[in-house]
Amino acid sequence: MVFLEGGFSSPRNDAFPAGLRVLVVDDDPTWLKILEKMLKKCSYEVTTCGLARDALSLLRERKDGYDIVISDVNMPDMDGFKLLEHVGLEMDLPVIMMSVDGETSRVMKGVQHGACDYLLKPIRMKELRNIWQHVFRKKIHEVRDIESLEGIESIQLTRSGCDLFDDGYFLGGDDTTSGRKRKDADNKHEDRDLTDPSTKKARVVWTVDLHQKFVRAVNQIGFDKVGPKKILDLMNVPWLTRENVASHLQKYRLYLSRLQKESDIKNSFIGMKHTDPPSKDSTASFGLHKPRNTMPDDVLNGTYSFSMSNSLAQSVDLKGQADRNGITSVPMAEPKGALSKDISDSQKTKSSQMSFDHSLGSVDSGVSFASFGSTNPSPYSWTDIPEIQFKQEYEPFQPENGFNQLPLPEPSMIEKDVNRSRTEVKPLFDEYRSNLVEHLSPADLVDLFPVQSKNQTLKNQVFNPISATKSSMKTKDISQNCLADSEFAQRNMNAAGIGVPLASLSEDLQICWLQGDGYPMNFALQDFECSEYNNPALIAETPFYLFGAPRFDHEHLLDPTEYFAIDQGLFA
Amino acid sequence: MRRQLAIMRQSLFDQGYLDEQFIELEELQDDANPNFVEEVVTLYFRDSARLILNIQQALERKPFDFNKLDGYMHQFKGSSSSIGANKVKAESTLFREYCRSANAEGCLRAFQQLKKEYATLRKKLEAYFQLARQTGPLETASRPK
Repeated sequence: MVFLEGGFSSPRNDAFPAGLRVLVVDDDPTWLKILEKMLKKCSYEVTTCGLARDALSLLRERKDGYDIVISDVNMPDMDGFKLLEHVGLEMDLPVIMMSVDGETSRVMKGVQHGACDYLLKPIRMKELRNIWQHVFRKKIHEVRDIESLEGIESIQLTRSGCDLFDDGYFLGGDDTTSGRKRKDADNKHEDRDLTDPSTKKARVVWTVDLHQKFVRAVNQIGFDKVGPKKILDLMNVPWLTRENVASHLQKYRLYLSRLQKESDIKNSFIGMKHTDPPSKDSTASFGLHKPRNTMPDDVLNGTYSFSMSNSLAQSVDLKGQADRNGITSVPMAEPKGALSKDISDSQKTKSSQMSFDHSLGSVDSGVSFASFGSTNPSPYSWTDIPEIQFKQEYEPFQPENGFNQLPLPEPSMIEKDVNRSRTEVKPLFDEYRSNLVEHLSPADLVDLFPVQSKNQTLKNQVFNPISATKSSMKTKDISQNCLADSEFAQRNMNAAGIGVPLASLSEDLQICWLQGDGYPMNFALQDFECSEYNNPALIAETPFYLFGAPRFDHEHLLDPTEYFAIDQGLFA
Repeated sequence: MRRQLAIMRQSLFDQGYLDEQFIELEELQDDANPNFVEEVVTLYFRDSARLILNIQQALERKPFDFNKLDGYMHQFKGSSSSIGANKVKAESTLFREYCRSANAEGCLRAFQQLKKEYATLRKKLEAYFQLARQTGPLETASRPK
């Protein structure tokens, strides 16, 4: 997939599990040869290695170059379990152990060290055929983790209090609810934090505060020099163990790298790619987490990366269009039609959208608004949101604003709503998140945006409203493009895993807007894309990085299937 | 000649020299790797010879380092399992048991037996592949479904 370029280097996306990149480590040359042949027969991409340290350096060289590692337990230079540990910590890849020895104790040791499977030699073809499930499973879990990570981050952001939001951009009936939800989520976390000190195997709940401490420690140490021990020491949390920190760091790294990827992709694609299209969920939540399958008709991408509910994004788009002159509107125009449709779907959930709706008022897309009603923020959002958002801070480039804001969907949203868009976005999101990296500088944003605008990606699901607002769009051409773009964007977004991983945007972003309502933001971005003109200024202003997902390609009006495919791609 | 090859092949299974794994290898053989099985077997004998030598040398140092011996044999067993060397594998398991019970005598005996089986298998497979080469690629992949 084109869109996935940035994040996914191999063509494996297309026919997962075919093309699965496997690294086989075994000191026995005979087995290495056999396994290589077997894996090739499964249509996997195989790399063989006779030494554990060679394998480690290969893995380190290409951090994202492999999907799964299969290693023998007994190797001359390094214990297989040690390798297993390293891989798990540094790369967080699924590892399968192999041995001719099937003693329970050995198998148990493997599992304890984190092996996702333990195969007995001689290994049969059929056993290798199914190894892709481990990759798949891990991706799902990763998405979930990142989601929760985002959730935490977003909570943080919301906490920081966004003035912008105070305005009520995200006003809407849901606002209060989300606010409440957010609070609850927070409380919940807090409680858990207190009552669940990490004990041997007690699962550590990374609350907002804890995560905040963690990130602060990481930043203090310097991301490059970071290590679990150092972080642990700095954090000064007595009950936290090194293991807890190590695994969390792993996830965090992944998250950031995804953001990075996303931003990379975004830059290449077009400014904003709205994150997931099917905003139905409109869960502003990082959108990434959108359930893969559920990708609603992309219309409401909102949820997609920005976690802002799709609706938001959409509404933003709409708004953007109206205001924007053309670009934003363009995408909207098309999507609009779609949006209305979607919006209704997604609307239900998006409270944030509501906010936009309100704000949008000015949207030409009036049409969309109507259609969207309160539930479907998208239609309105597009046009309105951009306006509103921009009003707050940015100028004309509303979409941008919108985006920025989007990123942080209410924590609650993220957690709960994430709905579909989230899930779907997740895979992409993860990717992109990492891309975003903690601090997306305005510069990044700028990059992101411009891209978007080009594409009129408004199409992104969120932009659906855009279509609705077609009429309002000033630039007709744009709309056309937007649609295309949004789709593209969508795709990108998806692929990118919705760059918006708000969480990764680093706590600094504490952008209020993320607060959950995020929606408006998304849209802004969307609009942004649509509109040819990205206001660099705007972009810079908008904490785009918050959204993390510059990729909002509006191009795609992602429809569930697309997302699903994209998701697959991610995993691939 | 084909029939001869088939008979030879079948007897290897019947007599327990080879097991299912060998068939797996045969199934892996395809146009991309038309001599896959022979290549793997050759590789096995070459690599395992080294292991045999290691064990031999270790058995010459008294007292026996059973852990080390067990480790070597573990490797050897793993390797042998790759081509389906059934009898050889059985002998390695026996050897390892003696190692675990620190039975020096048992180890020596088992090792002798293992070397014999190893040599026999090598001869038989060499003959088999030689005939297979003469016969043509078809034969090697045949297997009763």
